[in-house]
Amino acid sequence: MKAKMKKTARKAAPTEPDAHYDLRLYVAGQSPKSLAAFANLKELCEVHLAGKYRIEVIDLLKKPQAARDDQIIAIPTVVRRLPQPVRKIIGDLCDERRTLIGLELSEKIES
Amino acid sequence: MIQRKSVTKNRSLPKSPTGIAGLDEITGGGLPKGRPTLVCGSAGCGKSMLGVEFLVRGALQYNEPGVLMTFEELPEDVVTNARSLGFDLDKLVAQKKLFLDYVRVERNEIQETGEYDLEGIFVRLNYAIESTGAKRVVLDTIESLFTGLTNAAILRAELRRLINWLKEKGVTAIITGEQGDGTLTRNGLEEYVSDCVIVLDHRVIDQVSTRRLRVVKYRGSTHGTNEFPFLINENGFSVLPISSLGLAHDVSNERISTGVKRLDGMLGGSGYYRGSSVLVSGTAGTGKSSLASYFVNAASKRGERSLYFAFEESPQQIIRNMRSIGLNLEPSVKKGLLRFQASRPTLYGLETHLAVMHKEVKEFKPDIVVIDPISNLINTGSPTEVRSMLLRLVDFLKSQQITALFTSLSSPDMKSLEQTDVGISSIMDTWLLLRDIELGGERNRGLYVLKSRGMAHSNQIREFLLTDQGIDIRDVYVGPEGVLTGSMRLAQEARERAQTTARQMEIEAMQRRLERKRVAMEAQIAALKAEFQGEEMEIARELNQETQLVNQLQMDEVAMARSRKADKLIARRNGNNGIEVV
Repeated sequence: MKAKMKKTARKAAPTEPDAHYDLRLYVAGQSPKSLAAFANLKELCEVHLAGKYRIEVIDLLKKPQAARDDQIIAIPTVVRRLPQPVRKIIGDLCDERRTLIGLELSEKIES
Repeated sequence: MIQRKSVTKNRSLPKSPTGIAGLDEITGGGLPKGRPTLVCGSAGCGKSMLGVEFLVRGALQYNEPGVLMTFEELPEDVVTNARSLGFDLDKLVAQKKLFLDYVRVERNEIQETGEYDLEGIFVRLNYAIESTGAKRVVLDTIESLFTGLTNAAILRAELRRLINWLKEKGVTAIITGEQGDGTLTRNGLEEYVSDCVIVLDHRVIDQVSTRRLRVVKYRGSTHGTNEFPFLINENGFSVLPISSLGLAHDVSNERISTGVKRLDGMLGGSGYYRGSSVLVSGTAGTGKSSLASYFVNAASKRGERSLYFAFEESPQQIIRNMRSIGLNLEPSVKKGLLRFQASRPTLYGLETHLAVMHKEVKEFKPDIVVIDPISNLINTGSPTEVRSMLLRLVDFLKSQQITALFTSLSSPDMKSLEQTDVGISSIMDTWLLLRDIELGGERNRGLYVLKSRGMAHSNQIREFLLTDQGIDIRDVYVGPEGVLTGSMRLAQEARERAQTTARQMEIEAMQRRLERKRVAMEAQIAALKAEFQGEEMEIARELNQETQLVNQLQMDEVAMARSRKADKLIARRNGNNGIEVV
């Protein structure tokens, strides 16, 4: 059933090419991995989602309860809050292809 | 004793008491303080329950707040499950004594790309620990991460870091793990958590399940290495350290009545020793339960508490049946002096039965325990298992100064009557044997004391009667006709009475004859006497006549001589006869 949902979500994404992307990056302090993730994410968004994205960085060392509220396990984690459904990508986002799959922007790979 | 040991051990290795009945005894005081403990086992073996109870007891009994981080169960489910054990987690959460955190790891929600760490979990744990001041942490089951995340190398490194971090934090942690194929845990958690490893097991043998716990490893501390049965019931988790305590228990010289006067008489005049173990064995329907009930009733009259484990009949049935022999157990039950604990032997395995009995005994604190019958339990295990279980049960009861009465159903085969119980007879102090005596077309019950340690007991077979008025013990007839019971005994007794009466009459007749003879003899004597008297008078008269005649003759002679003037003759005669010569 979840596989089905995924499919419909993937189909839904291209129908709304102008959808706004609300992204959150969870980090814990200024670790190299977090910095790398932020840089990679920013670059990717500029390339593929110019003008229709927002990145909010949350430092869990400052807001620890956010980890529980948003079900964060790993650091760094990018959460795609909008468009629905919520997607999570963990890691430093060094693999652009996988990051795009994670953000369900896979059609951008071909383009 | 165990408690004292743990105190001395605490000096070398600080321990954190779990508060779980029995577990602290096995581990000598609890889990290693400030270190993680691995609890592993297959699905449904009670790992999570152990963790939850560890936290709840910590919060309630030791004032140590705790953190429960679940990876599989939703917090609502955890709360519901804990409620079935009588724990109110919501209240503890509200009091800030417990922090629940559910970590959801959904593989298809998460995309992995590149390097990451599990700092998120660290942050969450840290927040939970800091906000409650937690001293205890349970991670249930952290292995779920392996199914949610694919990079095993990162996970392993992070787990190692997490364990070390927990140690640095100084919290006592329980980390649960699913049992793997041939390994303790599926993902080798035992490599990281090596201070203390507890394995839980849920085994089914012959369709009977038994939960067991074993401390596989406890670094820096001695611990019980055996498998111990444990229970999860409405009062939570309880492990029962059931091991032979040795033979050092106190003995009592106090005697307690069996409830049957004649039986007391057979047992040296005053009954069983307090704290001894009594076996009542016999074939079906010989009155074993009745004897047990009498014992229990006598205890109730003395104001003592009895615990009756019934494995064959329901309490109501026992009460009804005992009423038919004039014994009403109901008031004792109402007064709380008697408690029945009825269950089918097949309900649990042998060890669990033992565990349940331990628990009941510890709760009810009885003076007397009856197990009726033990033979049903025997059928649920192998002879060696049964023997070791009984040994431990008897040891346990003796150490508590509880008098135990076991009934045992033996097979009706006369030869095996004593053999079947040989396995357990050596651990019994008193053994009463009830047997059928089949004679003259009827079965009667015979009772004798096979053995009774430390008292002069009767070696006689007695007839054991169950009447409306209760148990009656009678002497059996032992005579030239052999041992007779029942109506044969009555008939024989009647016959003997008749014989005695006949003899009595014979004696009386002889006495009368003797009297008659004496009377006859005395009559004869009287007649002879009378005859003699008659003759005596006659003879005396004749004698008198003769004497007078002689005197007359002499006087005549003197007169003649005087007339003849014969002096010499007269003088001589005078000198001889003294006859005065005038």
